[in-house]
Amino acid sequence: MFKFVSMRLLQSIIVMLVVGLIAFGLFRFVGDPVNNMVGQDTTLEEREALTESLGLNDPFVVQYGRFVAKAVQGDFGMSYRLRQPVSDLIAERFPATLELSLVSAFLALLLGVPMGIYTALKPKSLFSRGFMTLSLMGVSLPTFLIGILLILFFGVSLRWLPTFGRGEVVELGWWSSGFFTASGLKSLIMPAITLAIFQMTLIVRLVRAEMLEVLRTDYIKFAHARGLSPRLINFSIALRNTLVPVITIIGLQVGSIIAFAIITESVFQWPGMGLLFIQAVSEVDIPVMAAYLLLIAFVFVVINLIVDILYFVVDPRLRVQS
Amino acid sequence: MSDISEQQPSFLTRLRDSDLWWSFIHSPGAIIASVLTIVIVAGALFAGLVAPHNPFDLATVDLFDALLPPAWEAEGNSSYLLGTDDQGRDVFSTILYGSRISLIVGFASVALAAVIGITVGLIAGYSGGLLDSFLMRVADIQLSFPAILIALLIDGVARGILPRDAHDEVAVYVLVVAIGLSFWVQYARTVRSSVMVERNKEYVQAGQVIGLPNWIILVRHILPNVLGPVLVIATIQLALAIITEATLSFLGVGVPPTSPSLGTLIRIGNDYLFSGEWWITIFPGVALVVLVLSVNILGDWLRDALNPKLR
Amino acid sequence: MKMRNLLAASVCVLALGSNAATAETFKWAFQGDVQSLDPHGLNETFTLGYLGNIYEGLTGYDADLQLQPSLAESWENTSPTTWVFKLRQGVKFHDGSDFTADDVIFSWKRSLTEGSDMKGYGAKMADIKKIDDHTVELVTPAPNPILPRELVFLYMMDQGWSEKHGASEATSPKAADSTATYAAQNANGTGPFILTERQPDVRSKFTRFDDYWQDIPTNVTEVEFTPVSQDATRVAALISGELDLVYPIPVQDWARLEEAEGVRPLTGPEARTIFLGMDQWRDELLYSSVKGKNPLKDKRVREAMAHAIDLNAIDEKIMRGAAVPAGMMIAPQINGFDEAMNQPYDYNLEKSKQLLAEAGYPDGFELGMDCPNNRYVNDEKICQAVVGLLARAGIKVDLNAQPKSKYFAKVSPQNGNDTSFYLLGWTPGTIDVHNVLFNLMSSFDTEVNSGQFNYGRYSNPRIDAITQEVEKETDTTKRQALIAEAFKIMRDDVGYLPLHQQPLSWGVREGVTVAQRADNVLDLRSVVISK
Repeated sequence: MFKFVSMRLLQSIIVMLVVGLIAFGLFRFVGDPVNNMVGQDTTLEEREALTESLGLNDPFVVQYGRFVAKAVQGDFGMSYRLRQPVSDLIAERFPATLELSLVSAFLALLLGVPMGIYTALKPKSLFSRGFMTLSLMGVSLPTFLIGILLILFFGVSLRWLPTFGRGEVVELGWWSSGFFTASGLKSLIMPAITLAIFQMTLIVRLVRAEMLEVLRTDYIKFAHARGLSPRLINFSIALRNTLVPVITIIGLQVGSIIAFAIITESVFQWPGMGLLFIQAVSEVDIPVMAAYLLLIAFVFVVINLIVDILYFVVDPRLRVQS
Repeated sequence: MSDISEQQPSFLTRLRDSDLWWSFIHSPGAIIASVLTIVIVAGALFAGLVAPHNPFDLATVDLFDALLPPAWEAEGNSSYLLGTDDQGRDVFSTILYGSRISLIVGFASVALAAVIGITVGLIAGYSGGLLDSFLMRVADIQLSFPAILIALLIDGVARGILPRDAHDEVAVYVLVVAIGLSFWVQYARTVRSSVMVERNKEYVQAGQVIGLPNWIILVRHILPNVLGPVLVIATIQLALAIITEATLSFLGVGVPPTSPSLGTLIRIGNDYLFSGEWWITIFPGVALVVLVLSVNILGDWLRDALNPKLR
Repeated sequence: MKMRNLLAASVCVLALGSNAATAETFKWAFQGDVQSLDPHGLNETFTLGYLGNIYEGLTGYDADLQLQPSLAESWENTSPTTWVFKLRQGVKFHDGSDFTADDVIFSWKRSLTEGSDMKGYGAKMADIKKIDDHTVELVTPAPNPILPRELVFLYMMDQGWSEKHGASEATSPKAADSTATYAAQNANGTGPFILTERQPDVRSKFTRFDDYWQDIPTNVTEVEFTPVSQDATRVAALISGELDLVYPIPVQDWARLEEAEGVRPLTGPEARTIFLGMDQWRDELLYSSVKGKNPLKDKRVREAMAHAIDLNAIDEKIMRGAAVPAGMMIAPQINGFDEAMNQPYDYNLEKSKQLLAEAGYPDGFELGMDCPNNRYVNDEKICQAVVGLLARAGIKVDLNAQPKSKYFAKVSPQNGNDTSFYLLGWTPGTIDVHNVLFNLMSSFDTEVNSGQFNYGRYSNPRIDAITQEVEKETDTTKRQALIAEAFKIMRDDVGYLPLHQQPLSWGVREGVTVAQRADNVLDLRSVVISK
């Protein structure tokens, strides 16, 4: 057990180091951060002094080493653009992205799982065909187009829902939440739906495929042969066996939902990390970009580690192997 | 000549008698989708012949013809069927040329992803052990970053490394590499698992016994057996690649407006959504959705048709 | 006297009472956020305009950009190089401390510290002497008739507050490595609004300063500012009624705002001129098919380009008729403008082709062009149109449009003016022509910092000489003659290709009145919300 966990931990650290190298190293070559920080009349000497003082003239390895040493302590430096500690910025923006991601993941599950089960159980019914067509549409409509259409219809034509931002937020310690105000909840609707649609179509397809797979297994056939009621077989035995892999995959997807929110956040001007990232990219704000990539990788690595350990606990075969 | 005429009927006969064909002619969705796909692909392929104007030849574009509505509207001009954009380019022609770029990026990036993914999958699945777990670990890490993020990264690198002005000219290649590099994992995983199954089959063991080199066993004997799932993934990913390209172009890191793809056209048109010039964005949007939807339907059909378990 | 004071006071109380009762909140959006709250941190129009609601200078602009007393009540040019400024009495900073002569001297010195971006303005004075608590004497290095204009954006800070928080030096961008950026994240000015909350790129909140020194039209008590970068989202937010004022609005959406219920576009000519510049100093262009020589050094080629670009077509189709085609490098609002000089080059494709043929390019040539895509109104679209128009004359332009940060990095002097042909826009902060002569039309010279924005390095020694004279000349007629001569020379040389004066493009909710300044600054003092 200890050996297994420490191996996985080591792997995770290597992953983080590599992602850190990519995040920091690659962005180091994009654009010129100095020019973003100076105004109209700044002289040549001042610009050079600035480059020097930011350490942008140091060798690459030195810059990377400095970066990793600080990152471990949660210090990603100051944003070139906003002149605030990046860790503060991320902490400020993180709740917005997480609330959006969780709500859309929840929405996607809530709608996607029943639709997936239904289409698997009654593949020939009219509803199933409808659901499958809808899910096809969902995969075929680009996220940004869905967002724009929603804004045009519910925001501009009907004027029902706010078209941008988070509305009023409530501060709970360092966490800012939009769950407790009417405007916060209203603001959440369109971005959450936009982000959920693509995930939902994936879930419908995933659940359907897994369920069909499970329904074809011998133990289900055996259960039928034993004369158990179809309801019991479908919803107790088959569903449980379907949901385990589905939830694992969705768990692993949380990191990607957060990152996928970049598009949604930029269409709805949602003040989360994705928007921070996109703005950082356009203004060549290296510390913010690096921190964002590392955070996404970190979320993924942690979830992956938990899943691995859980599997290890659950599946006796793995224990024998190690 | 005679060789071909002898072979062709036999191929057609084989096709006609195959399960795939049977499934195809009994699936109206697949038929409609393939017709639409063929029309769009042909239109894109022969854009130079089909399109009434060449939107890239700026000397022929007249700024005073800008913002004309579609031909059937009161102020429309019959030589611009779907109207003109803000620079006076014919929308119908830009859609044809734009689809060409979208399709080139789509096909090329899927091909790149397939080549990388299949190679990695074959090697990982066949060799097993440390190399296998290393490669699959890389795949896992890669999966944690969505294509958009990776593409933004690669685009950033390209902007940093390439000479100042070259970016626009190589934008298409950058997109292909960016999307290709972010899509290979699925192939690798699928191929790997198929290979692991095939590896233990007798014909492979027989090959090993008679001393065939590994690569011959892989390419000649294992590869053909995993092509089915690869084809399904490729079709579905073609749709995804086209959407990803559109999204990147929409975010402004894709192909430049001087040689626009469908995504760039939608981004440009998005500026005119409120001002009443709906045709600039709606028509490319419809073209994009129809294309992606058709490819997706084909992909779905292909998956079901190739997976006998589902029938 | 006493009676009047009492009356004024009661009016004040009444006004305050009514304000408190209605508690008007004003919500507005711009396409980006300010990068720093340090009043000397960044010399950029939006930042200075935003901070102008918190901080103030000795002088100010009214709605028509006419010079106004602000923290100085009056001033007098006592000798060619000395000015005496009488400071307003009873002015309070937001933290309650008094505004005095020491603050003026402190702020001026601060504007000259290393991290300041306002050195150009601070350097207009050689010394400031304190006469008494509310009188200062300003000494200029040379006679400078427009000195009061140079002080508008030189904002006054409280010495005590700054020193207490370790902010007595301007926040340098170098502070990226340190945390001593108090003034960049906090503000304490004399202006009508107090910053109460700020989350960069997300929102800022302001509340009315009760002890503000003058009566102002606004009835706004709370202000909420949100940056919204996407054009469509910004317009949608206004139409859907979430915001009271947004800018900029894409020009093509004016009609939509006219039609939509409850909102309207607010437009007018901006004091910003958009123009094209050409590399006229290299012996071989960086981006061209012509090798071994620089075709843009040939005046006939520049002239051919001038006659090939149809300003009316750009105005009508790209700008929807909202721009004003220009012949001069300054807009009518700018001190020194001359309508007689503002005739654009006429559009004449035949002449253009003929000139190109004469210059030895009958089949044209290829040329690279740089263009920002998020800085000016429809900047990228204008460039595309220019590309199309030049193509008709035979010049094949390869367009490289990119975000402003990348664009400016490429074309600016520290990157060696890495461009052959570019689009730029300019509003002189002083609203005076000298700023344009000095920064855009004078030869590039790092000694005296002239021509820093003359990216194509157009150079004519006579214009350099005129620029120096215009700075000193106090006689208006003589000054105007010099200006006319400079612009005549530039026009004959075809040193630049002016395109147009771009429009101001705001959108407001019905019931909101606001003064729209030609420098595109939103002055919250003028915002009135009616029910």
